[in-house]
Amino acid sequence: MTIEQLNQIKDKYHELVMVRKIVKEEGEKLAKNTGYRKQVLICGGTGCTSSGSKVIIDALEAELEKKGLKDVLVVKTGCFGLCALGPIMIVYPEGTFYSMMTPEHVVTVCDKHLVEGGEPVKELLYKDSVLEDGTILPLNETPFYKKQKRVALRNCGVIAPENIDEAIALDAYQALYKCLTKMTPDEVIDVMIASGLRGRGGAGFPTGTKWKFACSRRGEVKKYVCCNADEGDPGAFMDRSILEGDPHVVLEAMAIAGYAIGSDQGYIYVRAEYPIAVQRLTIAINQAREYGLLGKNIFGTDFSFDIELRLGSGAFVCGEETALMTSIEGHRGEPRPRPPFPAVKGLFGQPTILNNVETWANIPQIIMNGAEWFASMGTEKSKGTKVFALGGKINNTGLVEVEMGTTLREIVEEIGGGVPNGKKFKAAQTGGPSGGCISAADLDVPIDYDNLIAIGSMMGSGGLIVMDEDNCMVDIAKFFLNFTVDESCGKCTACRIGTKRLYEILEKITAGEASMKDLDQMEYLCENIKKNSLCALGQTAPNPVVSTFKCFKDEYLAHVQDKKCPAGICKALLEFWIDPEKCKGCTLCAKNCPVNAITGKVKEPHVIDNNLCIGCGTCLTNCKFGAVTKR
Amino acid sequence: MAKAKTTVAFQGTLEQEKALQEVIDAHKGQAGALMPVLQAAQGIYGYLPVEVQEKIAAALHLSVAEVYGVVTFYSQFSLNPKGKYSVSVCLGTACYVKGSDKILEAVESKLGIKSGECTSDAKFSVDVTRCLGACGLAPVMTVNEDVYGKAEPKKVAEIIDRYMND
Repeated sequence: MTIEQLNQIKDKYHELVMVRKIVKEEGEKLAKNTGYRKQVLICGGTGCTSSGSKVIIDALEAELEKKGLKDVLVVKTGCFGLCALGPIMIVYPEGTFYSMMTPEHVVTVCDKHLVEGGEPVKELLYKDSVLEDGTILPLNETPFYKKQKRVALRNCGVIAPENIDEAIALDAYQALYKCLTKMTPDEVIDVMIASGLRGRGGAGFPTGTKWKFACSRRGEVKKYVCCNADEGDPGAFMDRSILEGDPHVVLEAMAIAGYAIGSDQGYIYVRAEYPIAVQRLTIAINQAREYGLLGKNIFGTDFSFDIELRLGSGAFVCGEETALMTSIEGHRGEPRPRPPFPAVKGLFGQPTILNNVETWANIPQIIMNGAEWFASMGTEKSKGTKVFALGGKINNTGLVEVEMGTTLREIVEEIGGGVPNGKKFKAAQTGGPSGGCISAADLDVPIDYDNLIAIGSMMGSGGLIVMDEDNCMVDIAKFFLNFTVDESCGKCTACRIGTKRLYEILEKITAGEASMKDLDQMEYLCENIKKNSLCALGQTAPNPVVSTFKCFKDEYLAHVQDKKCPAGICKALLEFWIDPEKCKGCTLCAKNCPVNAITGKVKEPHVIDNNLCIGCGTCLTNCKFGAVTKR
Repeated sequence: MAKAKTTVAFQGTLEQEKALQEVIDAHKGQAGALMPVLQAAQGIYGYLPVEVQEKIAAALHLSVAEVYGVVTFYSQFSLNPKGKYSVSVCLGTACYVKGSDKILEAVESKLGIKSGECTSDAKFSVDVTRCLGACGLAPVMTVNEDVYGKAEPKKVAEIIDRYMND
């Protein structure tokens, strides 16, 4: 393909896609030129697919057909971010946002909104997009989206990811053309260094510097470019959303890196737990090959580059770069010592660079807009934006992208809409099993790589799980340790045995069997595992314990000294109690108790015998009067 | 993760063997072919019995020990056949914080088996899965391809019953 052909496709589809970018009057004007009066975008990401968006798409297409509405276009996109409200449907040019759609709702929207001269159906709109006076806000002006800055996610939820033409309409592969024809490989690396982009996978290593390490002897030795899409941190799904929503950005960026370091072969290592991402990537690679944007002599230059897809099979450690490469080579995914670093000796023993999906997603825009543009966003040492996956006890669960330096308070309270059910914010966990907790005291710290480390957590891949007063921090630390014990590959002793022993201490604490000596032992073990483990999995495994112990020491002490779990989670330390004032004597609890620990006469307050009680909580779930409590 | 070995006798069909051979031929000579071959083989047989591992080892010129080492390393490879309905409960952080351990307990007590096991009539198997990335719908459980988001322990029995009489 030549640049003229690329631009022809861009021109052909540009207006069609731009209708979704600019809303209101301009969008309407633009829509007239496209032949489509309305465009309906429905999320086809994992979240919305799980809540049934496929049924919605089918229902909509059938209804449009029935009504003969040929000037309405249905587009299946990637993730919009607000996963808890799926299936999500957006109507352009207005930009109105329908949430939690059902097939019945689809019929209503067709009848009242999508027909000629129709008006939005206010009752079905996302509640934050309708103001008290009845004004309807377009998507990008709602509180969830207004504070966001979409760079890596710029095309997610805008284009149809299975159609390369829509990606081209928004400048896909233009940056690759610019590199191949107007820049030398060294200039590309210089731009990357100047931009200040740091790896988004967790460690935050400067991307340009990494490329520079691998750039010597171009054309003389075989080199590889790898994409780490083994997003294993539980609660993080930004990489998946980029792959599902905008796969071409990753392919283009990898080709740019191939040009910069002198490599002709790329590998994408993606989790098998992400079937939709795998499918979209396969389609994207085939389309790019068909257009000649991957393969031999791209844009008629002497640069050739192709990409192969490799699937993981469920091993968290394969997110570690050396383990990932060992896995691609077809072995048990065990890490190897560094140095030699992958840039010197990586995949199949050859120089290799490896970047994370979100890192790749920033690169074409840095090439197009320049290093200064990117460096103008963020803080002094952390440039650009970061995508966070908000989850746990928060009103707006989903994906958000904010400028580096945004405070946790802005993310949790303004974008995330705060903690549900009037509960109090207790902590946010970032960085998954390698990270730590941020307590309420640090809510106003601007988030960037260095600040997070300073307060005892880490950026990690960007999972951000909010916890409220009902979550026990010792239990959370135990949860993460259980995860690392399971996922430790077993190669080095410090991690294999150390994490197991650490987990056992936490089990003792939550069972109320620990003494103060165990806490000393716990701290000692944490330090040793950190110092002596071979790879980042082991080195960071104690972090959840260290940070919860630092921020919530009183909770640990309550478990050890008073044998109480203040949050009411650790079963062995709980006592169930029936409030005689509230108990109506309905006998439901006694009937359902598996060990017959509850006694009492009909219409008289019941009593739990704590010697018999096994703490299963069945009485609590069954009581209709709120008389059963944990204490 | 330790893996239990199956006690169910291997019953491969000729079609399955033919399909496996095609996969092996397609990947022969490719660098790092073992993982893609094992993934495809599991797709064909539903699990990776030792008979299949032996065949793959011979075809790729690897030792059975090496193949077995890879199979037991990755949690998605299974040495046991799955039930007709494979129930998975996500224990990722977002789901755990929202109480997915209670969902797992409810599934296990309803079916009378523990995670990693299969009921004696081969109808149901239960597994714990890593984060599915559907964190917005936490807690999440799946039965084969069907996803149940925002699950509640109380509703688990009702969900299982839908498949029970099928």
